[in-house]
Amino acid sequence: MTQSAPKPPIVENSRFPSGPLPPRAGAGLKTDHVDAILADDYRIGFLEVHAENYMGEGGPAHRALAAIRSEFPLSVHGVGLSIGSEEGIDTAHLERLARVVDRYQPSMVSEHLAWSSHDAGYFNDLLPVPYDRQTLDRVVAHISQIQDRLRRPILLENPSTYVAFEQSTMSETDFIREIAQKSGCGLLLDINNVFVSATNHGWKPMNYLRDFPLELVEEIHLAGHAEDVDDEGDLILIDAHDRPVADAVWKLYETVICQAGALPTLIEWDNDVPEWPVLRREARLADAILDRLGPASLLGSRHAAE
Amino acid sequence: MVGSGQHDFGAALLDPDLPLPEGITAPNGKKAARRFAIYRNNVTVSLIDALAGIFPALQRLVGETFFRDMARLYLVQEPPRSPVIFEYGGGFADFLSQFEPLAAYPYLPDVARLERAWLDAFHAADADPLHPGSLGAIPPERLADTTFTPHPATRIVQSRFAAISIFSASREERTLDGIRPANAEDGLITRPAYSVEVRQLPAGAADFFLALISGATLGEAADSTIARYPEFDLPSAISAMLEAGVFSACWFGEPNSEDPS
Repeated sequence: MTQSAPKPPIVENSRFPSGPLPPRAGAGLKTDHVDAILADDYRIGFLEVHAENYMGEGGPAHRALAAIRSEFPLSVHGVGLSIGSEEGIDTAHLERLARVVDRYQPSMVSEHLAWSSHDAGYFNDLLPVPYDRQTLDRVVAHISQIQDRLRRPILLENPSTYVAFEQSTMSETDFIREIAQKSGCGLLLDINNVFVSATNHGWKPMNYLRDFPLELVEEIHLAGHAEDVDDEGDLILIDAHDRPVADAVWKLYETVICQAGALPTLIEWDNDVPEWPVLRREARLADAILDRLGPASLLGSRHAAE
Repeated sequence: MVGSGQHDFGAALLDPDLPLPEGITAPNGKKAARRFAIYRNNVTVSLIDALAGIFPALQRLVGETFFRDMARLYLVQEPPRSPVIFEYGGGFADFLSQFEPLAAYPYLPDVARLERAWLDAFHAADADPLHPGSLGAIPPERLADTTFTPHPATRIVQSRFAAISIFSASREERTLDGIRPANAEDGLITRPAYSVEVRQLPAGAADFFLALISGATLGEAADSTIARYPEFDLPSAISAMLEAGVFSACWFGEPNSEDPS
């Protein structure tokens, strides 16, 4: 190659379309749906993947995701960073996440307010943290470490929980708001998690949403939940992601969109995954609500203005 | 409980005989035992499901109920070390070989090794397999000096049992009729394009490929293999290796020279 005049640096992500997630419905990507999604006349607003599923070097999973990414906006959702861990962030795992983010240049990166790894190993579940000052400082430090490495802000997702901690001194909403303010992260509001946790802890979901900093929310998750009973025989909800979104959760979603305006909204369905048209039907329900209620919302102009 | 909360929480997740971790509560003075058990169940079921996804042939061979009970014991003994769950189960074959109730089925650990290698090949880095023309272009007098770069997906599993036939029958949902478990078999796993392929190798071919993978020249690998297996069919092994995509490049002259063919 011959030397010529200096050129401006080539933007590395130019192989994929860039831009924010659109304020439309998206779906959690399942391998079995890839061909149907690519062939569908209905163009889903975006797709979201669990980062850990793409931490291999190559093969069919990456080929499928590259095909999706070349046509759709992408959100990368981590499930294994263990942001609430007492042992600190696993830097090897953070490097793996950074590789996935570099490779696919997603519009959004998000993780959970939870922990999943400890000295015994990786538990493959999102485990709860106490809401106190010490935990808050630790979570803020971990999110800052992640954002520094990824060189971008991430979104933090509110958890679904089944137990609480004696040592908690703050409400979940105050805890999350302060983490966002101190770390500069955005928020991912999982409305099914709000409904599940509110039922399990005897809160009113509307009060939770009233106290939640909606102005920091950049993405919404919706999913289905299962029912069980606690020691007293009372209803307890399990964040199962194995069925359609419940009517009560759709109602809360309408309230949030009325208040906050149209936001990228993910339909999650991770267990007993149905055929693509079933997931598409859920996405279209979300699209209809976004179209109907988004434009008239109280905060609706904020995204257009930014 | 500063600093030790997650240790106790995690230990109680894996051992249902341990008491509820200190400081765990439920609203309005309710009990927290069944609530904590939801986490136990999530962890256990999700890891059993992960193992069932990684070892489907094994599950079919021992039956779902037996597999899930066995997986429950394994995951307590050896929980995943990494959040990359498709890497889980590296020690499952060794666990099976020590698992008394399966002592009458000594081929099962090798089936597990094959399944683990299958998934490693599935996620391995992409590379084009060696083009047959590259080997054909090497001057005949230099062939003996030629060395090969293994394809990232290539794995070889050698079994003292008929593990490859049993694995294939189980994955294809066939019966084991006609398979003699005590016949030793060697298996080759490759991913020439985007599909993982498993082949049973004729006698000597596994040693030959392993020698080439470890950097021996074609001449050295052929000589050492023929010394052990006088009936070894070198031309067939070379065509099989090209067809299966065992290697991604070949070199002649100095190994790792600047002149790839």
